[in-house]
Amino acid sequence: MASLAWRNLFHDKVRFSVTLTGIVFAIVLIIVQIGLFLGFSTATTAVIDHSGADLWIGSKHVPYIETGAAFSERKLYPVLATPGVETATKYAVRWSQWKRADGSNEGVLIVGFDPDKPPGGPWNIVAGDVQGLKSPDAVMIDTFYQQKLQVKQVGQVVEIEGRRARVAGFTQGIRSFTTSPYVFTTFKNGQNYAQLREDQTIYILVKAAPGTDIAALKRQLAALDADVDVFTTAEFSRRTRFYWMFTTGAGIAVLLAALMGLVVGVVVVAQTIYATTMDHLREFGTLKAMGASNRYIYRVILKQAVLSAVIGYAVALVVSVFVVRGSESGGAAILLPWELGAAMFFVALAMCIGASVVSINKVTKLDPAMVFKG
Amino acid sequence: MKTPAIAVRGVTKVFGEGDAAVRALGGVDLDVARGEVVLLMGPSGSGKTTLLSVMGCILHPTAGSVRIHGREVTGLRESELPGVRLENIGFVFQGFNLFPTLTAAENVELALDLKNVGGREAKRRTRELLELVGLSDKFDVYPEDLSGGQKQRVAIARALGGDPQIVLADEPTAALDWSSGRTVIALLRELAHERGRAVVIVTHDTRVLGFGDRFVHIEDGRIVKEPAAERPHMVALEPPAARAALGAD
Repeated sequence: MASLAWRNLFHDKVRFSVTLTGIVFAIVLIIVQIGLFLGFSTATTAVIDHSGADLWIGSKHVPYIETGAAFSERKLYPVLATPGVETATKYAVRWSQWKRADGSNEGVLIVGFDPDKPPGGPWNIVAGDVQGLKSPDAVMIDTFYQQKLQVKQVGQVVEIEGRRARVAGFTQGIRSFTTSPYVFTTFKNGQNYAQLREDQTIYILVKAAPGTDIAALKRQLAALDADVDVFTTAEFSRRTRFYWMFTTGAGIAVLLAALMGLVVGVVVVAQTIYATTMDHLREFGTLKAMGASNRYIYRVILKQAVLSAVIGYAVALVVSVFVVRGSESGGAAILLPWELGAAMFFVALAMCIGASVVSINKVTKLDPAMVFKG
Repeated sequence: MKTPAIAVRGVTKVFGEGDAAVRALGGVDLDVARGEVVLLMGPSGSGKTTLLSVMGCILHPTAGSVRIHGREVTGLRESELPGVRLENIGFVFQGFNLFPTLTAAENVELALDLKNVGGREAKRRTRELLELVGLSDKFDVYPEDLSGGQKQRVAIARALGGDPQIVLADEPTAALDWSSGRTVIALLRELAHERGRAVVIVTHDTRVLGFGDRFVHIEDGRIVKEPAAERPHMVALEPPAARAALGAD
């Protein structure tokens, strides 16, 4: 015999569709909100996280990557001489102005790195290559910002901070949290575009030799110069993320939206599951009168909740994948890492089972004598 | 004398407290024997359904004693009552109370499932029960596609699913035309007379009088009339077994 839970759910297709829609809406809402938060959060530190560096040396108390103050490039040499340092390179991240074809200016973030030493370059390159950036005016931008920067193809000549620049390649999927696109170029070009003096750098990226104790190396480098701070990549990433997410209102707003998504999702699911149980309240009363134990009835209700969660989750995941794909061409990236997808299964289960507990409470208090009322 | 299937002694049921208290039953005594059909009648609000609920271990009496097959049940914990109902009592409701999402056969199987009877055995017993109530051709039909009489017969089959020795029916003919009602009431009577169940039927319907072995009139929570002598038209319709049972009273 098909279980009562299964039949209660699927017998009335319209009712089930409404239930499923509620659950799917709730799960998609939560995924989108959390995905947005992750998207924003990841965008704030993408350049740091993809740098490939082990340690970052920046100006004292630098709060986040975009505000590093320039310091003398001579600080690079004692770093290079420190045991355990495999390579150390100058690195610049600084605001600049990009002149669009229509003559208007657009703020950009110049990322200047050494193309011959790995840490700090662009990734997801879809046109051109890093070595192509060695030309005195070569830059690389993301395809996502082509329209914004009015760039049609590789080779197009533009102007950055009054200097000639030539688009030598494109990346894909490197978005900035701010509205300013990243512009990758060599450190030397970056100095020009970001109006940095020739003897200055903004960061020094350190790659440790294999087997080096990173924490010990960090302490050693910090002891070299009291005017700079040394961070591991993870620390600097956290610092930057924390700044954007929690010091500015932007991140808090996104986080609150994610929390609201969770709350609204839970309420929608709770209401939906509760309504499903209430629809069958008289039948649960009949079951009680027939001698069913509370445990038997709980099992029916929980089975309904689990079935709803599993089906709702599966549909929601498919819908979410489409939403995430759609967001790739939009202004706000929504990330759906597999961990979030997997976690949402348990969230969906917890929501549905949690909601059914409210119904269980109602059924527990149900007077079986109700079955005699007409 | 045999132990009655149900023995009610001095049962009182009061709903609410203080000024709002309502006395639904006041000192009711009643025995129901196996193989007997007892008709419980009386005006609305007289306490018929309350008495049925107390006999069915759905309501605890405020005072008095209820014995099911000699076992005192008034002192049992709330959590123990479902077990007593499951083992001893089948219910037939005025509104049928079938599960609309289950077929006729599945409604019956559900009662068996409650007693952990599943698989082929459940199928076999379901078939027997639906054949017993004359619905062998309605196995896979949902309640919404059954007539009122057919629904009530499925409900009776379901009530018998757990093989109870007591069947309590609350206004089983109220929602039926007389033709269907008569079939249903005859079926309940057959359960008592041919299968030895104790059957109690709460009813307003005077047309069913001829199908009972005993008639109990209840007013204001008290049994006011029970003598067989006052309903000669019933005695004429009673089969010998029932008359014997009445004689024993």
